Amino acid sequence: MKYVDEYRKRDLILSIAEKLKTISKKEIVLMEVCGGHTMAIHRFGLNSLLPENIHLISGPGCPVCVSSQHFIDLALAFSRIPGVIITTYGDLIRVPGSSTSLEKERAAGSDIRIIYSVLEAVEIARQNPGKKIIFPGIGFETTAPATGAAIIKARLENVSNFFVLSAHKVMPPVMKALVEDGVKINGFIAPGHVTAITGISAYNDLASLYSLGVVATGFEPVDIMQAVLMLVSQIESGTPKVEVQYRRVINNDGNRIAQKILREVFDYRDDLWRGLGMIPGSGLRITDEFSSFDAEKQFSIEVPRSTEPKGCICGEILRGLKTPVECSLFANKCIPSDPVGACMVSGEGTCATYYKYRS
Amino acid sequence: MHDLIESVFIKHFSNNILDNQNDAAIIPSASADIAFTTDSFVIDPLFFPGGNIGKLAVCGTVNDLAVSGAEPLYLSVSFIIEEGFRIDELEKIAESIASEAQKAGVSIVTGDTKVVNRGKCDKLFINTSGIGSIRKENLHISKAINIIPGDIIIINGMIGDHGMAVMNARESFNFNMPLESDCTSLNHLISAILNRSPVKFMRDPTRGGVAAVLNELSGKTGIGIEIDEPALPVSKSVKAICEILGLDPLHVANEGKVLIVASEDCAKDILEVMKNYEYGKDCAIIGRVVSDHPGRVVLRNNTGGGRILDTLSGDQLPRIC
Repeated sequence: MKYVDEYRKRDLILSIAEKLKTISKKEIVLMEVCGGHTMAIHRFGLNSLLPENIHLISGPGCPVCVSSQHFIDLALAFSRIPGVIITTYGDLIRVPGSSTSLEKERAAGSDIRIIYSVLEAVEIARQNPGKKIIFPGIGFETTAPATGAAIIKARLENVSNFFVLSAHKVMPPVMKALVEDGVKINGFIAPGHVTAITGISAYNDLASLYSLGVVATGFEPVDIMQAVLMLVSQIESGTPKVEVQYRRVINNDGNRIAQKILREVFDYRDDLWRGLGMIPGSGLRITDEFSSFDAEKQFSIEVPRSTEPKGCICGEILRGLKTPVECSLFANKCIPSDPVGACMVSGEGTCATYYKYRS
Repeated sequence: MHDLIESVFIKHFSNNILDNQNDAAIIPSASADIAFTTDSFVIDPLFFPGGNIGKLAVCGTVNDLAVSGAEPLYLSVSFIIEEGFRIDELEKIAESIASEAQKAGVSIVTGDTKVVNRGKCDKLFINTSGIGSIRKENLHISKAINIIPGDIIIINGMIGDHGMAVMNARESFNFNMPLESDCTSLNHLISAILNRSPVKFMRDPTRGGVAAVLNELSGKTGIGIEIDEPALPVSKSVKAICEILGLDPLHVANEGKVLIVASEDCAKDILEVMKNYEYGKDCAIIGRVVSDHPGRVVLRNNTGGGRILDTLSGDQLPRIC
């Protein structure tokens, strides 16, 4: 399969591993901030191929995991309003709120539907003019433009019963916040698809202000091994910079059309990241011009601020300070079929990944 | 109702037991043990590339009997039909049932029909129950006994075809690639295998996929299982659609596949028989029973690394970004 098989070739993976053993001398910690990378690293067992002085840690890269419990509780409150249809990506359906989940509410009779594309939500709204269709929008710069495009389409086509509850977030502010918070890393494996949208200028501060290398990386094992090699070369030569490994997808300027949609439909705001707290300028809210599609503005619902479940250390895991195996709930009270924290629910969550790919 | 039964079901399923239209089918006694199974079919959409709910209802029950080592003989078919369901579609489904039953060599000897108000069922539900006869020398097949390290695991072809074809049809992804359900009756293939070679265990990997069956087997027996990821036969289309959606073919349903555990020296004969059938031509040895990690299934990738292969709780969820 083109663009897949070549990047999974065993000989190539192992030869990069050999090269790393030769050139890598220093103790190095690299953080990836993308659930897709967390999964790929574990699925292909890349940790076991790296020399002992290179450590990969996972950051807050899973959009489901970093969505606050308050956001889930809001979505749950909306689902109980008569005449509302919640249309959601599959991952959100099992995330536990303070007391229930969308999956449980669906079983109890709420109209909650899994969709594969946000455009389906607009179509459902068109087909059900007497209902109100709410789409809880999660994800980073990769998915936010699709939500923005759906809002633009709804306005163009006069679909006025479509609403978005935005929990979209952007990556660069949280990467900076982690560094300023004191996370000890030597470089970032940056999310390939986010960078395909933003372009590489989003990371310039990280390299220039914090002397941290950033390599925008693809999702196959050769991609990730090559990115590690690029970062190690930078670190060994003392030349941190922003580079692109995922050349077949990323161009340096990013996706101009997607960027235009983001500018048109969204503003930046301070946003609550589960486990990390409030990160300035890290969230996307719908602009006033499109406020008729903003669920938070169009529905007045109050939900009490919630507390994290007892014993759950998703926050420390998301900050790369602990790994799932250090959580007392991991793999006993917190398992994929009965998750306590969000990191266990999403297929790209660190805990779900550790559980699935445990050896 | 009588008209519906006569004009659709009797018309297509007619045989000298069913035509009596008694309250119970009277079946000549078998001297062997009887295998008996039942299954209900609620699939959406009703029609999908490679088949429909009717074909599936026959294959599903025939295969449950066949993988238990039985020769499928008789089926019952019951329909729950939503008011307003189109007769021409019902006719097509009945034709498929008849055609598949004939192909499998089974008779439909009894049945039932109910029509319910609109909204009380999703278009059409079908239940089939099946009876087969099972020879004494095949009674061990469903019990998973005498499986030892060194035994091999064989599958008759590509995995994930059914689940991905149905998903593509249901969700209107409109992926422009050949995706067709593998739905087919396996009893003739299995009969040919059993005539040629001893077999230690068989099961059809339907809902939950190959991963579910392997985990059931290792959980029930305490054996360790190792699967070679590069050896898994997966079509280009299924690979591609699974890559895009972030799904794993090992957890995707199949409706024309049988997993066989046999001793290593039987592998050659079993593969040879399979290759004589259209739905066996892509057969492969996909793994083996090992003495390591008892009770666990481990998947080895092409770099030699391994990971535990679990059954999923709930449906697979597609990737977001």
